[in-house]
Amino acid sequence: MSVDKTTVAKIARLARINVPDDRLEPLATELNGILNWIAELDEVNTDNVEPLASVTGHALPMRNDVVTDGNRLDDVLSNVPEGASGFFVVPKVVE
Amino acid sequence: MSDLLGLNAVAAREALDKKAISAVELTTAYLGAAEATAGLNNYVALTADHALAMAAESDKRIAAGAAGLLEGLPIGVKDLFCTKGISSTACSNILKGFVPPYESTVTANLWAAGGVMLGKLNCDEFAMGSGNENSAFGPAVNPWQGKDKVDLVPGGSSGGSASAVAARSALLATGTDTGGSIRQPAAFCGVVGLKPTYGRCSRWGIVAFASSLDQAGPFTRTVADNALIMTAMASHDAKDSTSTQTPLQDLIGAVGDGVKGMKIGVPKEYGMDGMDSEVVTLWEQGQAWLRDAGAELIDVSLPHTKYALPAYYIIAPAEASSNLARYDGVRYGMRVDAETLDGMYEATRAAGFGEEVQRRIMIGTYVLSAGYYDAYYLKAQKVRRLIKGDFDEAFQTVDALLTPATPSAAFPVGRKIDDPVTNFLNDVFTVPANLAGLPGIAVPGGVTSDGLPLGLQVLGRPFDEASLYRVAGVLEQAAGFKMTPARMAGGAA
Amino acid sequence: MSDLVTGRTGDWEVVIGLEVHAQVSSNAKLFSGASASFGSAPNENVSLVDAAMPGMLPVINRECVYQAIRTGLGLKAQINLTSVFDRKNYFYADLPQGYQISQFKDPIVGEGSLRIVMADGSTRDIGIERLHLEQDAGKSMHDQHPTKSYIDLNRTGVALMEIVSRPDMRSAAEAAAYVRKLRSILRYLGTCDGNMEEGSLRADVNVSVRRPNGPLGTRTETKNLNSLRFIQAAIDYEVARQIEIIEDGGAIDQETRLFDTGTGTTRTMRSKEDAHDYRYFPDPDLLPMIVTQDEVDALASALPELPDDIRDRLMGEYGLSAYDASVITEERDTARYYEAASDGRDRKLVANWMTVELFGALNKSGKSLENCPISPEKLGELVGLISDGTISGRIAKDVFADMFETGKGAAAIVDEKGLKQVSDSGAIETLIDQVLAANQDKVEDYRGGKDKLFGFFVGQVMKESGGQANPSMVNQILRSKLDGA
Ligand SMILES: [Mg+2]
Ligand SMILES: [Zn+2]
Repeated sequence: MSVDKTTVAKIARLARINVPDDRLEPLATELNGILNWIAELDEVNTDNVEPLASVTGHALPMRNDVVTDGNRLDDVLSNVPEGASGFFVVPKVVE
Repeated sequence: MSDLLGLNAVAAREALDKKAISAVELTTAYLGAAEATAGLNNYVALTADHALAMAAESDKRIAAGAAGLLEGLPIGVKDLFCTKGISSTACSNILKGFVPPYESTVTANLWAAGGVMLGKLNCDEFAMGSGNENSAFGPAVNPWQGKDKVDLVPGGSSGGSASAVAARSALLATGTDTGGSIRQPAAFCGVVGLKPTYGRCSRWGIVAFASSLDQAGPFTRTVADNALIMTAMASHDAKDSTSTQTPLQDLIGAVGDGVKGMKIGVPKEYGMDGMDSEVVTLWEQGQAWLRDAGAELIDVSLPHTKYALPAYYIIAPAEASSNLARYDGVRYGMRVDAETLDGMYEATRAAGFGEEVQRRIMIGTYVLSAGYYDAYYLKAQKVRRLIKGDFDEAFQTVDALLTPATPSAAFPVGRKIDDPVTNFLNDVFTVPANLAGLPGIAVPGGVTSDGLPLGLQVLGRPFDEASLYRVAGVLEQAAGFKMTPARMAGGAA
Repeated sequence: MSDLVTGRTGDWEVVIGLEVHAQVSSNAKLFSGASASFGSAPNENVSLVDAAMPGMLPVINRECVYQAIRTGLGLKAQINLTSVFDRKNYFYADLPQGYQISQFKDPIVGEGSLRIVMADGSTRDIGIERLHLEQDAGKSMHDQHPTKSYIDLNRTGVALMEIVSRPDMRSAAEAAAYVRKLRSILRYLGTCDGNMEEGSLRADVNVSVRRPNGPLGTRTETKNLNSLRFIQAAIDYEVARQIEIIEDGGAIDQETRLFDTGTGTTRTMRSKEDAHDYRYFPDPDLLPMIVTQDEVDALASALPELPDDIRDRLMGEYGLSAYDASVITEERDTARYYEAASDGRDRKLVANWMTVELFGALNKSGKSLENCPISPEKLGELVGLISDGTISGRIAKDVFADMFETGKGAAAIVDEKGLKQVSDSGAIETLIDQVLAANQDKVEDYRGGKDKLFGFFVGQVMKESGGQANPSMVNQILRSKLDGA
């Protein structure tokens, strides 16, 4: 598998990171270097091996259905780059 | 008391309780040390007023006979921990100016035990790196120097923490370890660093890098100090679904218990081609020390070891690509304005994230994307199970494993490496424990011919930190390691 | 019964599948302790977890899990004792984490089914593919500022059940019946309030057309329909649009569409090419979710009787028509009202009075059963008076109107107004004799073979009695006087 400029542009778009055109090629080279190295995993036989997503032995803990949070507008908005009348504000979204 | 900075944490606690020193004095000395070693760039924020106020409270509690476990001890905090009312940035431009209205569980535990917060410590941006060179605040520097006096990296990502403890500008420090970010810098800086079992310390309030691997832990000068702070850091936290309810062992008591009768495994796969011969020598020396102390050394095999690193470099970036999606310029942190929402996202994240972080987000996005998920992410998770299986099997026979902590000593700041993979190799001995969720500790074992510290690593069963402290205690004593970095506050001891 | 649609080139079969998002009834959100209530000031019901502050972590609300299990049981579905939460990654202004926590590969509820009842009383079983738990997103407001959108995160993180049907529906009417029935079950269970106007229940509609029994066509998905009317309109529009395109030689694009409530049309939202790549993976902040069979059994044993069961009982034991039984059982309140009103009465007659008179009056007055002026006991009392012959059905309608107006009891009104039916045979005989005497010519005609005049005599007698004569007695005496003489 090899990553080309188009793929890098696609990934950058998915990740919402602006990558200038002249960076696409070098990034593709870097990513390919890493991906080729990662390809070492192909040597490992993983037939009938279950994927392991979490190592803790316990089951998901659950909390009670009680309202314990909220009503803290000051905290929620304390770091906001742009806000107005209790809202977060972003450039207009066109659907 | 003239040499306040010379006291380790256990000794300082005694001196405080005896009122031979005051918390304010001790804190003042450390604030001075931090100023004096500012050139190491290991602090990104020194909170002097806050520290002195906390120290004054500690003195009151000591006077009232109500001292906590860490009462009056000055602690530096990796900037990855959110600290209430104090700038917390993960050393990223994207979080510059972010002041959390909340305190991480780990740091809250430290303050509840009487610890005094000195300030925030430098690290790799979002904990991504092995040299602390990927920080928006510039690189932190290792207080140790080789004969050529070139600035060396303290390791990473918790480089500022290791550097500060080694330079005596913090008595204790917190770090986080996702692939070795506590153990590797501890080894590079000649201090003790523990990565506890996954789930032992709460992740709540710590900026996430890779959630299934991240774990907080302490940096200290001694093994006993480490057990002391660890006892306060660990807790079950209902706010973290992955936090354990397994009771904490008596860690402080374990330090002096020795290793008589313990079975210590030596995994042959950790003897890697091209490894520094001095690292191999120290590893053999460590085995001899433990044998001399009454442990049985057993050769074991962890056959999938070499696949840990590539698996890690799929899993960690994948989780990171998702964890870092929240830094979008909408609710906090940096925003670069643009006409459209997507334009704002793209400009903000391009300007806010550094090169390495962007690279890892890209890799993570790629390996999770449609058509590649099975080949990369799922494959890596399967390999992860095999790696854990290797450890499970080894721990059927042995109580702990002894390995080198790093393949080499600290390297120069700014060392030019074109291939990012070479940088990843720093984590080769530490990453497997993260994938398996196991506890690991790095203890200084000696110095290279160039005078740089080298560390040994001990790995243990899940939730058996006590065994690590037993083994580490023996190694520490046998090594008789002297902390003499060139750029230590208060001059060489 | 055929649901085929006739086009210019022949018949088409419509294939419909629905994804319904139902807001879980709970106090707090799925993964945070903030309130799940509706209508608060902007960003008031927001925790630091909902705002995706750095280092914040999700912890699941047990009640939301139980609500999903109850719903699964109500849909006769497989409950998966182990399920997994995944992250669905995409960027949007009202999605603070940059991902939605959802369930992708291993949902909490697997296959089930739901029985729909059509207007003619016929039933169909619609397959349920799965039900999973996920977080709702926030709300973007685009009309507050010329160049900005305003974001409110109050809904962010509220628990949703996404209920996915099999593509088993063949008409807009079936789709509407499916949503109506699903809503009914959710409301019986108390797992979702079903309030479509507030967005507690909204549907994504997948529509395709094909030749009868032919291979499946390409489908479109029309998102976020929040009324039965919109669901049907969107389907009708899509069916017509798709048939026209295909019959003109074109092909359907697999795409996501938006419904314009103003025009009743749908339009492209995004096409397959720029579809999101959601990069699902198991959420590392959460562990696999395990529920025990004991927990499931306990939830099952505490479930209320569901509409299908009550409907079967109403039809089987009480002899109600399929239609009446469905109408009465659609809402739990209605079924309860009916049970109370018909207790010890003529069950079928009560059903009749409920579905025709009571619902008609409620509808006309804009009232609901909750604030109905006639209690179930009083409606039962009215029907009792009809059954025991105290009043006729005709009189009962007047009494009913009075009851609805004043809230008084049926017997009281009958007494007060002297509406009691005349069942005294002597009095009725006298009336009949008067009527026959006054219409000698018609009596002759009747006896000469004009049978139809019988109704005329009945009418006259009833009229003379002011409607209060017992009609069956009138019938009987009249017949003996006319025929037997
Ligand atoms: Mg959908
Ligand atoms: Zn959904």
